[in-house]
Amino acid sequence: MVNIEIDGIPLKVDSSRMIIQAADEAGIDIPRFCYHKKLSIAANCRMCLVEVDKSRKALPACATPVTEGMKVFTHSKVAIQAQRGVMEFLLINHPLDCPICDQGGECELQDLSLGYGKGISRFSEGKRVVKDKNIGPLIQTEMTRCIHCTRCVRFGTEIAGIKELGATGRGEHMEIGTYVEHSLASELSGNIIDLCPVGALTSKPFRYKARAWEMQAHPSIAPHDAVGSSIELHVRGNEVMRVVPRDNESVNETWISDRDRFSYLGLKHTDRADKPMIKQDGVWQETDWQTALEHTVNGLKTVQAKNGQDQLLGLMSPTATLEEGYLFQKWLRGLGTQHIDHRLRLQSVDDAGEAYWQNALTMADIEDCDSVLLIGSNIRSEAPMVGHRIRQAALNGALINEINFLKRDLLMPVQRQWSVNSDTLLQMLKGIAVALMKLEPAANGEWQHYLSDIRPGSSEQNIAMQLANATAPILVVGALANQHPQAATIRALANLICTMSQGELLVLPEANSRALHLANVLPAKPNSESATGYWQQKKRALVLFDVEPEFDSADPATASAAMQQAGFVVAINRFWSDSIRDHADVILPLAAFAETSGTFIGLDGQWQSFTGAVAPRGDSRPGWKILRVLGNLSNVPDFDYVASTDIRDEIADSLTADKQTQNAHFIPVEPDTFAEKSADHLELISDVAMYRTDSLLRRSEALQLTPENQQALIARMHPDTAEKMDLADAERLQISQGECVLEVALLLDKDIAQGCLYLPGATQNSRELGAAFGLVTVSPVEALADA
Amino acid sequence: MQQLNQVCFRTLHFDQPWTLENYRKVGGYKVLEQILGDKTRQEDIIEQIKNSALRGRGGAGFPTGLKWSFMPRKMPGAKYIVCNSDEGEPGTCKDRDIMRYNPHQLIEGMIIAGYTIGAEAGYNYIRGEFYEPIERFEQALVEAREAGYLGKNILGSGFNFELHTHPGAGAYICGEETALLESLEGKKGQPRYKPPFPAGYGLYGRPTTINNTETLASVPVILQHGADWFHELGTPNNGGQKIFCMTGHVNKPGNYEVPLGMPFAELLELAGGVREGHQLKAVIPGGSSTPVVPADVMMQTEMSYDGIGKAGSMLGAGSVIVMDDSTCMVKALERIAYFYYEESCGQCTPCREGTGWLYRVINRIENGQGQQEDLDRLIDVAENINGNTICALGDAAAAPVISFIKHFREEFQYHIDHGCCMVEQDEPQGLRQYG
Amino acid sequence: MTEMQLTGPREQLFTADIRQRLDSWIAKYPPGQAQSAVIPALHILQEHHDGWLSKPLMQALAVYLDMAEISVYEVATFYTMYELEPTGRHKINLCTNISCQLCGSEKIASHLQRKLGIGFGETTSDGKFTLREVECLGACVGAPMLLLDKQYHEHLTPAKVDAILDGVK
Repeated sequence: MVNIEIDGIPLKVDSSRMIIQAADEAGIDIPRFCYHKKLSIAANCRMCLVEVDKSRKALPACATPVTEGMKVFTHSKVAIQAQRGVMEFLLINHPLDCPICDQGGECELQDLSLGYGKGISRFSEGKRVVKDKNIGPLIQTEMTRCIHCTRCVRFGTEIAGIKELGATGRGEHMEIGTYVEHSLASELSGNIIDLCPVGALTSKPFRYKARAWEMQAHPSIAPHDAVGSSIELHVRGNEVMRVVPRDNESVNETWISDRDRFSYLGLKHTDRADKPMIKQDGVWQETDWQTALEHTVNGLKTVQAKNGQDQLLGLMSPTATLEEGYLFQKWLRGLGTQHIDHRLRLQSVDDAGEAYWQNALTMADIEDCDSVLLIGSNIRSEAPMVGHRIRQAALNGALINEINFLKRDLLMPVQRQWSVNSDTLLQMLKGIAVALMKLEPAANGEWQHYLSDIRPGSSEQNIAMQLANATAPILVVGALANQHPQAATIRALANLICTMSQGELLVLPEANSRALHLANVLPAKPNSESATGYWQQKKRALVLFDVEPEFDSADPATASAAMQQAGFVVAINRFWSDSIRDHADVILPLAAFAETSGTFIGLDGQWQSFTGAVAPRGDSRPGWKILRVLGNLSNVPDFDYVASTDIRDEIADSLTADKQTQNAHFIPVEPDTFAEKSADHLELISDVAMYRTDSLLRRSEALQLTPENQQALIARMHPDTAEKMDLADAERLQISQGECVLEVALLLDKDIAQGCLYLPGATQNSRELGAAFGLVTVSPVEALADA
Repeated sequence: MQQLNQVCFRTLHFDQPWTLENYRKVGGYKVLEQILGDKTRQEDIIEQIKNSALRGRGGAGFPTGLKWSFMPRKMPGAKYIVCNSDEGEPGTCKDRDIMRYNPHQLIEGMIIAGYTIGAEAGYNYIRGEFYEPIERFEQALVEAREAGYLGKNILGSGFNFELHTHPGAGAYICGEETALLESLEGKKGQPRYKPPFPAGYGLYGRPTTINNTETLASVPVILQHGADWFHELGTPNNGGQKIFCMTGHVNKPGNYEVPLGMPFAELLELAGGVREGHQLKAVIPGGSSTPVVPADVMMQTEMSYDGIGKAGSMLGAGSVIVMDDSTCMVKALERIAYFYYEESCGQCTPCREGTGWLYRVINRIENGQGQQEDLDRLIDVAENINGNTICALGDAAAAPVISFIKHFREEFQYHIDHGCCMVEQDEPQGLRQYG
Repeated sequence: MTEMQLTGPREQLFTADIRQRLDSWIAKYPPGQAQSAVIPALHILQEHHDGWLSKPLMQALAVYLDMAEISVYEVATFYTMYELEPTGRHKINLCTNISCQLCGSEKIASHLQRKLGIGFGETTSDGKFTLREVECLGACVGAPMLLLDKQYHEHLTPAKVDAILDGVK
């Protein structure tokens, strides 16, 4: 700690601080453009020049370390003259087109020019004009406004891990851009909109839509992944105009993913269900809520009476709130069914009782770890903020290994990435476990028996050593692994490895699934029954809560077939989709995330409650209200909630009453090898594409236009595999899986495991196929045409 | 008068002054052999360099021995010696001749410097347009390597040292030492904010010493003949001989290695005096970034760091630009202002925006479109750049503007008032923009 | 122009000869610092590509040196010796900076422009010469001077310029 004085105010500050940090902590305002607390120091804008005693010239507060006895003057004559001089330089080539600039009203240059600028310009030469660049569907450029602070460039290098923007040219001709035109590939790219202090980089979908001062900020929680980033909804009238991050150091710091930023665009999509409707004689009819609700209750009763109570199935999207989940299962259980689930994409749930499902890890835990083993996870698309924290850990020296079915650039220093098929993945995990047992012979007898034939190879021994030597290792089991038919075995092995290396296991939850677990949106026997099984059983009556079966299930073909054969389908949904239109009997329009209150529980286990920012669209209603009425109409007792907070309190009370989850001690049994396959079969590798994970995202047009999303429609295969299957020259492919056939573009990609075909799920293409990780056969499309 | 060419140009009298053979004839590599043979203590070498009063020859004039002493030479891990041969300050062309005519002395100087600061690798950053000097230097490296002066376990001493050439590609700013490091790391040449200084955090984040070509090439001679000998070549605090590049309106332009402290009048005479029929008008004594000095003051000035400082300017790189009475000061300043505008790296706001502003206003004045408020505006803009940027390029752009207007204001005013030049010009004046 | 491979795996880029030259540069820098070779590498590639740098060429170099593409563009656009558009077969770089200006570089400039029929920044219609006005080239004692390809020519007079240009094939 050192003693300094800023503007006469004595301060005791950490000696590692720069003047600007000390000033910020003390609430003393120093103007700045290039400085940002989360980025490296560039000291290039010169706006933060301050007077420091004993220095003959003004010094940049952002880059001048505090020293004992230092006296800083932020508003002395010297400081003000320097700051005014810089402001004048910034403005001479700035277009001053504030009236048509989206940044107007929230522009750091505009704000500071009020304080430091002059009314009349002394610059009578011509102003610089810079051509705009197209950098994709999310970000609008207006580079003439750029003041070259390089925050966006530093963000790419330091936070996103991918340097896409740079400053080309030099001097007055320096320009920020990509040089060769292309869309930004970072899943965090939208943050440069917030970072840009002027209107050079603004939100493309938000362009010309509203003025900063016309909107009200409403705090909320992003529902698309298990991070639950803090966001602010900017609302004008009854419309969410945009989404920006809300500072929350313990969750998302000051960033959000593009997914969380641009999902709001789906709120207004034309697919939006905004009136209750019922299908009569195959024709959809508008109706009032009362009629629709009564029709729902009666319809379900009729089917149940005819086919048995257990013929009722209730499925819920993992993006639903805690309160919605609780009422959903309470109502359905009241109707006499236990067939309830939110684990829509899981194919293997034998380990459902294990404690690791509820492991809570804070983002700080992740950033502070010193070794990470990623198992079957596309972490950058699954949970971009988790990816960012792992990257920070890697930059601080954590050793990163990945075992997956494909290799994607993690944009961080990694030890090694293995791209392997299912058998090898399991073998590797067993190998690591055995290698650790040799170091730490503590595992129980059953495991020793299970693993008795395993001889770890050098790779496995290597990973085991790295985990064993780490003080805080983390294993992450991601969506690819969790959605695998052998997922329970994968998770159990990961847990075993974790226990032996004294690490933390993060079974990456989907969206709000932690909350829905707590709310018991689960079958009575969660380790033997699941959504995937229920679809196969073709239940007669269905209640869907924001579920679009063609996209939100592990096996779209089976789900679609079950929809077709159901006697009565209730959709409490936000959007119309093909399967709802064709097979539902009632649609009860559901309010979306910005329109309802509720609670979100992310991977850190924290309960984050939020309220609605806008009224539900059209005649749609918040889920908890719809379910409350359904409960009442169905005469289920104790359904008299006045506010969603009543529901939350009831859940909290019931949890404290409950005893802790017991460890179920799941140990896999042989044989667990992947289904026998012949040489002409490929394993279909599939996870959900980044911008297809829930109904809202699928309607965000800007996200749908991203290159990332376009690529999700393409099948990928290792060139050697293609060679073996005579597909080396094929550009299109026919994929057959059982009865399902799909024609799709093919890309050869050496990062895909051999013997596998990668096609992301929840897309227009994948909906035509069966279960992920099933076996498929492929043939070139041209060959078929010839035959 | 003292003998000229005693330091960097001491091989110049040979027919092929650049060969190893000829360099050996003046005692070349003897010092290195002795140091490595005796395992001379590093602090002793630093002490000698300090005593010699050798000051940086690249422009800033920082005492070399002191700079070397800042290196954490005992610190484990890589350390580097980097030679700044990115000669580009208008008026400066001495390092080019050192590399063309005496490359071995620079190599020896770099090896000794490497030994002294604990570096095992060195890079000579030579501006990319110097095709011939690069080739000469590379040839000399081959000779030196074959003679066993470079590589592992040099002369059986256990000392390893590798030396490489690194070419630039056309950017004046890379002569700024931290921009040079960035460039050497394969980036744009944008200066780094200091602190940290290169001695702590330099090339690849490792401790690094950067010296000018002439500075490093002076080292073997100092150690060969002793610090006192060198010091006494010059004046107190201004040790040695120094190359002055005599350019502009002199009859015999050229590089003259003369004792520091030589009166300017004497140096001008060496260079053949100003052109026939003309009077000396002004001198820029240290390269285009140093303030211009009017003739009468200059004729009373001693050519040393302190002497030129007293005259209100700087010795800089010893680049003496001589202007006679035919020179239009507006036009001269316009060209200099354009240079800094063109060479600004673009990083800091005041320099990026201000250098273009300065140039455009001076260009207007030169082209007869000056406004009455322009001169005050120029001074004001220059002062707003001065001292407010990461590196000294901002100051370098401001200094000529301030000094030219200070000493020759009436000429600028005439241009504004009459839309034409006070000085008769050879060439008809038309509207002209650089670049 | 040297026929070069600009896509595909790193070990097949450019030509064997160019790869060898690039590798010898990379070897001058510590392990992991291949980016240091970008400036000499761009010189080499430009030389083998009719004197200018195309985007595919720079993209290939980014792969070869394991750099972000944009970092290569940043370097290529920062330094004046790199040409980003096709140029004439020979480049005339005339210095007009202060020492050269004092010694008559303007006369040389007008002479060159008249003789070649082009202005600064332009290329003769036969594609033989590109004429540029450049900043100080560090040969001020030989003012006025120019750089023709890799050769400095000093103490220029119009007659000397004629002789120099006539000597170019």
